Amino acid sequence: MLTLEFNDPQCSDTSLVGGKAASLAQMTAQGLPVAPGFAVTADSYHRYLAEDGLQQHIDKVLGDLGTNPSQVQFDEAERLIGERLMEVPLPQDVALAIEEAYTKLSNDCQVADVAVAVRSSATAEDSVDASFAGEFETWVDIVGIEDVIAHVHKCYVSVFTGRVLSYLAEKKMHPQQLEMAVVIQKTVRARAAGVMFTLSPTSGDRSRIVLEASWGLGLSVVGGEVTPDRFMLEKITLEVVLRETGHKHIEYRRGDAPQPVPADRQDVLCLSDEEVVELARFGKRLEQIHGSAQDIEFAVDEELPEGKNLVLLQCRPETVWSNIERKPAFDTGASMMSWITSSISGGTGTAPTDTHSH
Amino acid sequence: MTNEVNRFPFFHEAEVPAGGEGWESMYPYYLVPGAETREHEDKQFWFADTMHWSRGCHPFDSIGAEAVYLGVGTFSTRIFALPVSLGLDVRVVNGYVYISPLAVTDPARIAERAEVFQKRAGYYYQNWDELYGKWKTKMEGAIESLRTITFPALTEYDPDEVVLEARGRSDAMAVIENYHRMTDEFFAIWQYHFEFLNLGYGGYITFFQFCKQAFPLISEQSISRMVAGVDVLAFRPDDELRKLAARANELGLVPEVTAGHSSDELRELLEQSENGRTWLAEFNAVRTPWFDYFTEYGFTHDQETWNSDLSVPLQGIARYAAKIANGEDIARPIKRLREERDEIVTEYRALLTPVEATQFDELLGLARKVFPYIEEHNIYVEHWAHNVFWEKSRELSRFLVAAGFLAQADDMFYLNRFELDTVLADVVQSWAIGVEPRGKARWGAEIERRKPIVAALQAVTAPPAYGIPPEQVTDPFAVMNYGVTTERVADWLGSADGDENVLSGIPGSLGIVEGKVRVLRSEKDLAQLQPGEILVAPITAPSWAAAFAVATGVITDIGGMMCHAAIVCREYGIPAVVGTGFATARLKTGQRVRLDGKTGKVLVLDAEPAGDPAAITDDSGIPATR
Repeated sequence: MLTLEFNDPQCSDTSLVGGKAASLAQMTAQGLPVAPGFAVTADSYHRYLAEDGLQQHIDKVLGDLGTNPSQVQFDEAERLIGERLMEVPLPQDVALAIEEAYTKLSNDCQVADVAVAVRSSATAEDSVDASFAGEFETWVDIVGIEDVIAHVHKCYVSVFTGRVLSYLAEKKMHPQQLEMAVVIQKTVRARAAGVMFTLSPTSGDRSRIVLEASWGLGLSVVGGEVTPDRFMLEKITLEVVLRETGHKHIEYRRGDAPQPVPADRQDVLCLSDEEVVELARFGKRLEQIHGSAQDIEFAVDEELPEGKNLVLLQCRPETVWSNIERKPAFDTGASMMSWITSSISGGTGTAPTDTHSH
Repeated sequence: MTNEVNRFPFFHEAEVPAGGEGWESMYPYYLVPGAETREHEDKQFWFADTMHWSRGCHPFDSIGAEAVYLGVGTFSTRIFALPVSLGLDVRVVNGYVYISPLAVTDPARIAERAEVFQKRAGYYYQNWDELYGKWKTKMEGAIESLRTITFPALTEYDPDEVVLEARGRSDAMAVIENYHRMTDEFFAIWQYHFEFLNLGYGGYITFFQFCKQAFPLISEQSISRMVAGVDVLAFRPDDELRKLAARANELGLVPEVTAGHSSDELRELLEQSENGRTWLAEFNAVRTPWFDYFTEYGFTHDQETWNSDLSVPLQGIARYAAKIANGEDIARPIKRLREERDEIVTEYRALLTPVEATQFDELLGLARKVFPYIEEHNIYVEHWAHNVFWEKSRELSRFLVAAGFLAQADDMFYLNRFELDTVLADVVQSWAIGVEPRGKARWGAEIERRKPIVAALQAVTAPPAYGIPPEQVTDPFAVMNYGVTTERVADWLGSADGDENVLSGIPGSLGIVEGKVRVLRSEKDLAQLQPGEILVAPITAPSWAAAFAVATGVITDIGGMMCHAAIVCREYGIPAVVGTGFATARLKTGQRVRLDGKTGKVLVLDAEPAGDPAAITDDSGIPATR
């Protein structure tokens, strides 16, 4: 398969489409809402490298690097490989498959040429340690089949940047191990967006879900450019126990420069209770699926109809509290009587309530 | 209320309500603050026990304050030896009962007590079910013993049997003996009450602390929901009302039971039809023991039970019947409640590590083992046993009227228990000698002097506290049962100069509601409660459950998360703020408030009650003549 839609069962296979696309497909399969889209498979990437002796050219350039190359040498390799790759277009069948999938996506979204984000979904067999997080670029608002194909092409080229090559060398990996599948996904038109933790990041309480959100795309929240709205829910009952209105003076509408938020929206909650509860429900599901607390990015898409407009963008394990050893309240070696004795002898019953502490 | 040191007034600074002067003479000396004990009293923190005595108490009724705090003291201080707390010291001030936790601070003494506690309490936890079974037998025995008490009338001659059986002693001796037995049993019942209560709270608190460590932000409601019983004795009286309402519906009697007839009128009406007689028979069948149920807490002699004032249960039945006729399902969804509880437990447990989960299981098991006692003991003690005790007290008062000593039956309750003992000695001895009781005029005058004093004491509400508050309230009883937490005490202190329009309490049951309040001081006023109103009371008792069916919210002066009222409110899904300290004093019937059961705040929306004349028929609740 050259492309696989997120709702195709095969798309959940990391070895075919890379981790990012597979996780989007898994979420789709589990009824968790992600922006619709498809993956250009690792197989397509291999076919491209098989074109016109590209693989041999790459092997030769890399072979000339020798041991312990300098960053300057890596950058020279990038130039030699990149120039060659840019000359060779994607194979006919790959381009055709992308065109078909893109047309279908546009039809599904009821838009002529839907704006999409193009992102890498790189995998490296036998190397779970290498995350490649932040190594590859994401392009948003790509419109029209020509541009989409051009960006898939760019994505392939980006495997051989000096930065990536030195990262691979550091991880003692050969670039051949890296397989570049590509995610093509509807660009989210975020009315509001933010981050959700399936525990309280400040207290580590696992029975809480905390969301921070602001107007527009989540960049302003992640980048700390606004004081976001803050919500806390009780995880078991999904009751909203805290709503703090932030001060949201800027928003990213299209991913480029931020723009000012009109005064009448700055100090108004950007999510309704219904949206918060629904998002938390998704968070709870993700946590159950992965078996650990999650750190999730989400958005409310203003192009999608009410009730279907919540979109999960990313999900990764929460790392701070999840790596702390949890000790039970009482010494496991002691008797229950000593637990009781210490309980009735200590301060009792006046721990903080939800509203006082966060 | 406060001065430069952040404290409440001392007892000797307490203002006596107008007309209440001389109240000190009515109670046993050790219940009254005094010069000799002032040094100790001024060092302590005292809070009002309006949970048990919502009004200033009659002299005789102060026996309860003695029995309760003897019970707490013996079990905390002497029997189980709680490591860091002794009993609760007790005083009566202006007729109201105040209590003060006593802490142990010496580390060596704490260690010694901890050792005693582990040994003794351990025995109880290990044999809990068996010992709790014995407890029920003991309680039933004590109640039965109280029931056999009689006060034989003093006749011209002793009965023939005294001679024919050669008893060699007068029948009248039984009057004094039985009076002693009556008070002794009462004290014993309050020993039994605390035999398990400390330990019950201990088990619950241990689970509570586990949860607070595992889930620092967990709400107290969530913890108690995991533990609370779904089908416990405490709900039974109310369930009986629901069943009778359902039966009235099946038998086509809804118009009759909802028409607002008096109990006599209703009985007459129902006796005329086959279905009516069927329903009456079922009604009568549940009256014992389920209507032996105080509409409040059963600590005062003049409190009604459902049996003594059938209008209360009939009102409840009418309310439920109207709902059924309206197509509402009023049966408590026991299966669903149980499933919900299990679901909550499963979900919390799933968030824990395996080691934590093991401890969670053990402690939840412990909490659930001890919790039935916490939920059920009130029925045995405060309802069933007290019911018989007050019945016998009234019998004794009728005996004194028949003996020509008292003018009215209620007069006896203006004497404290020691004075009454003296009076009985006088009455029996005078009768034996063949003279008029020698103290008749003297006690008659004293009772007449006391009546306006008691009325004056009851006309005002109790300040929530006296003395110097501790930095942290750590006493488990104060926290769990009375809702007296560090935060609450700070609120009490602050509220004198704080925002007059905000009352702070303990979040008792979730939800937010806005509406008019109805201030009720006693269950006798329950009929005034209109659908949609927010009920304000010193404390709500479980027997008010039918009223919760029409109230939209509940606010109380006293009580904590685990007070029975909070448990029942959560069960019925009505928002509640408990332990506000001042609600009945501050709020006026007809005022609009916003009650937030999550934050525990009550916001007064209009300073003056709206001019609805029907809404302000009675907000004092206490007839001045009592």
